[in-house]
Amino acid sequence: MYRYDEFDATIVQERVRQFRGQVTRRLAGELTEEQFRPLRLKNGLYLQLHAYMLRVAIPYGVLSAKQMRKLAFIARRYDRGFGHFTTRQNIQYNWPQLNEAPDILEHLAEVEMHAIQTSGNCIRNVTADQFAGVAADEIEDPRIWAEIIRQWSTFHPEFDYLPRKFKIAVTGAPDDRAAIRVHDIGVRIVKNEVGETGFEIWVGGGLGRTPIIGVPIRKFLPKRHLLSYLEAILRVYNLLGRRDNIYKARIKILVQATGGEKFAQQVEEEWEKIKDGPLYLPQEEIDRIHRYFAPPAYDKLEDNDPAFETARLEHPDFARWVRTNTVRHRVPGYIIANVSLKPEGGAPGDASADQMDLLADLADAYSLNEVRVTHHQNIVFPNVRKRDLFALWQRLKPAKLATPNLGFVSDIIACPGLDYCSLANARSIPVAQRLSRHFSDPRKLEAIGELRLNISGCINACGHHHVGHIGILGVDKQGQEFYQVTLGGSSKDDASLGKIVGAAFSEDDIVPAIDTIIETYLGQRSDKSERFLDFVRRVGVDPFKEALYGTAPARRPAAE
Amino acid sequence: MALLQHGALQPNNWRFVGDDAALPADGPVTVSLKRWQAETDALRGRNAPIGVRLKNDEPAQALGDDVHRLSVIEVEFPKFTDGRAFSQARILRDKLGYQGELRGIGTILRDTYAHMVRCGIDSVELPEGKAIDGYLEALQEFTVWYQPASDSRRTVLELRHAANANARSGAAVLSETVAAHSV
Repeated sequence: MYRYDEFDATIVQERVRQFRGQVTRRLAGELTEEQFRPLRLKNGLYLQLHAYMLRVAIPYGVLSAKQMRKLAFIARRYDRGFGHFTTRQNIQYNWPQLNEAPDILEHLAEVEMHAIQTSGNCIRNVTADQFAGVAADEIEDPRIWAEIIRQWSTFHPEFDYLPRKFKIAVTGAPDDRAAIRVHDIGVRIVKNEVGETGFEIWVGGGLGRTPIIGVPIRKFLPKRHLLSYLEAILRVYNLLGRRDNIYKARIKILVQATGGEKFAQQVEEEWEKIKDGPLYLPQEEIDRIHRYFAPPAYDKLEDNDPAFETARLEHPDFARWVRTNTVRHRVPGYIIANVSLKPEGGAPGDASADQMDLLADLADAYSLNEVRVTHHQNIVFPNVRKRDLFALWQRLKPAKLATPNLGFVSDIIACPGLDYCSLANARSIPVAQRLSRHFSDPRKLEAIGELRLNISGCINACGHHHVGHIGILGVDKQGQEFYQVTLGGSSKDDASLGKIVGAAFSEDDIVPAIDTIIETYLGQRSDKSERFLDFVRRVGVDPFKEALYGTAPARRPAAE
Repeated sequence: MALLQHGALQPNNWRFVGDDAALPADGPVTVSLKRWQAETDALRGRNAPIGVRLKNDEPAQALGDDVHRLSVIEVEFPKFTDGRAFSQARILRDKLGYQGELRGIGTILRDTYAHMVRCGIDSVELPEGKAIDGYLEALQEFTVWYQPASDSRRTVLELRHAANANARSGAAVLSETVAAHSV
């Protein structure tokens, strides 16, 4: 993984000192709250319902065991023994005091971490495929480019006061695990006709109040031009993006209003002028960063391990977890193991300090000292020898970290909701908890198969409800919490936005409603291989309407 | 208003003349882009320095080669969170090659000042008597920068590879050159 050199370390240390100064000036009254707010947000510090919340960056989701231990330490000392992993591969702490925030940053800097640009109207922490470098289907490792983007975007003087927040995601595989089509900029590593790798650039995707799938504005960008191209996009957006209305300020609105083709033209014009300037990437810098992501020293192994096969035969629970929670590794004899942070009755993405310490120990013992955080709010051990997998599972199980539900209906993405967030209209976590209790039988989960259920507590859509196969949106109806359901969304390479199924459900009715939806699917799917999403795409929402509301859907009269 | 320039608060003898106001007989003035474009000759005929105040939503490119006839260009920060002028400044410096004084006006906080300087702004308007220690401190908060901008600061990239470049400037480059010419 990437390690700081003297320059990276200096920048992070100087940032800690700068932020400490800003906090001191705020506490002394030299900065008004209005002036301080954008400054603290650029450092991930929010003022929530009950207290401050600090969001710590985990660049492209990669963590060493040592860093994970530090996150556990911070959870114990400054939070109430918990951390919350987010959909942008970050971690949030819910109870820090303002005057402690600089101390937390100092602890983070000791392990090459920070909270830089985890909020605010600037370029946010860049995200990537959680299986980067180990996925069998990968064209090239996206972490190299995510790190290059991280450095370029850190304290970029021109783009620190954009019209609105700006999120960039990078994927290196055809199976898009980074949801690039719903980002302000999506970078996809592709091969051209002559076999060179470069980038396909998507722009103007996003969720929130106005969910939009991005548009591809360049089919193939040579690698060394990446930063100049990004700078051109950002410059056009910074100058032309709307600033009169916060809800119309994201780049997606500008791209829609301008038209994808014309926007692309504006970017190309700007890019022509800067493409051969100082942002043209030196090959030696690409090579330098590349070296940090060189494959670790893998053992030479047979792909099949007899002990692993025996354990699967003897322990059906283990066999199930292997089926549901592991993914093929590119190196023979190794496997990618996913740890679900969605146990029955748990808050999605939460981990206790003890769990974090255990994950760190297990990373050292079984995963070449590394873990990853996924945008589905789970944890990955990227480098496990098949022969070690049973031992790993045995240690995960008593810590409630071996729930066999990856990609199933109880593997829920949820925002913090009204329990924590000052923007929310409704609670998200209790709904997720009740759903995970309702759908807790692993056999039932497997029978239902792949199903993404996402919950947001308000239209800002932090729980990505639009792109859930089932989406749940919390709304406020005369002071009561209600839940609107959408069907058929996806954030992958077949990205789509869900359609509203009908009137919203009360807090009491939402779990039975989801049950009805799933029973409708199970009863009517053509066979087991037709996933829930495929079924919704084939039949639309009408069969669900009928099952939920008992009314036959209105049909257009037959043609005369 | 005074000007923070060259590390000190300086008196400011510039004035902005509105589109409908009569031009004073002497003294340095700034005018709107519109007035500059409409009355270029008259403005240049005055025996005093002239500048243009760019609005936030006006394209800096509209000045074109005129930048070389101006002593001052003002860019606006109506709110400190409105960052359009950062891009305008970079276009003026990097693309139009403007060498004169580039002045930030509006809400100039110490916490945005360093960004302005990096984007090529070399003077800012501040209230008379304003304490400037914080502004000067702000320029010292960081000693290294990742990305190139419109100032002369060396980037991390340059520093990182300077050692290599020095090594290359000797025998390595020579042998490459020889090899290239012998093909």
